[in-house]
Amino acid sequence: MLPRRTFLIVTALLSGAIAVPAHAATIQIVMDNLVVSPAQVTARVGDTIEWINKDIFAHTATARNGDFDVAMPPKKTVTSVLKKAGTVEYYCRFHPNMKAVLTISP
Amino acid sequence: MFVRLSAAIAALSLLGGAALAQGAKPTDPQIAHIAYTAGVIDVAAGKQAITKASNKDVKAFAEGMVRDHEAVNKQALDLVKKLKVTPEDNDTSKTLSKQAADKLAELGKLKGADYDKAYIANEIAYHKAVNGALETLLIPSASNAELKSLLQTGLKLFQGHQQHAEHVAAGLK
Ligand SMILES: [Cu+2]
Repeated sequence: MLPRRTFLIVTALLSGAIAVPAHAATIQIVMDNLVVSPAQVTARVGDTIEWINKDIFAHTATARNGDFDVAMPPKKTVTSVLKKAGTVEYYCRFHPNMKAVLTISP
Repeated sequence: MFVRLSAAIAALSLLGGAALAQGAKPTDPQIAHIAYTAGVIDVAAGKQAITKASNKDVKAFAEGMVRDHEAVNKQALDLVKKLKVTPEDNDTSKTLSKQAADKLAELGKLKGADYDKAYIANEIAYHKAVNGALETLLIPSASNAELKSLLQTGLKLFQGHQQHAEHVAAGLK
């Protein structure tokens, strides 16, 4: 009984540690009146970005290096998880005057 | 085509200049009408492009124009209703509509890559001209704060579209 219970706890701890890294955070980036804010964000691989589009227009967050391309319908919030480290400049394909930078550490 | 294009731009800036020279700033009801008309014109051009464009980036751009300008014009209608302002037709709106109708007919005669290039070139010129009118005439003349703020959003939108059009044009060469 006891060894089996210990085994279960260890398994739970291990899988927990793998599924939810202690530092994983959720970061909000807002598109409002064709402005991205904050324009500069630092994050880590594994963090979730909550892309909040307050506009009546569709926007995208399109990485110049091709690392991500997130579509945001009007008045919707979408989420994406950061998978790769790097300093990524991104813009909106529909309104290229909307630009920002995400700095992702490993 | 280039003669027509520059004529359209000249007319837009002339109108702005003429109104300023007379010292007669457009009123809020006139400004609302001009801004709304500018959107309607680009929606009509976009709808024509959706049926005529052969390049997929050009078609996607046109779909974006219809989507964005319909959305912002709906917001404009909601605002004038709320402010109890009745948009007032005026010479600038009339000239813009007339020129746009001519341009639509002219583009309607073109086909394939020729059409795509001419449509995008006109979109760049048109958005540039409207940006100029917004910056130098319409925004400074607007007296209602909410109208001014909507025009400022409109300016950012038109600037974004101009850059988008420039990207698409670069890809056509
Ligand atoms: Cu956008």
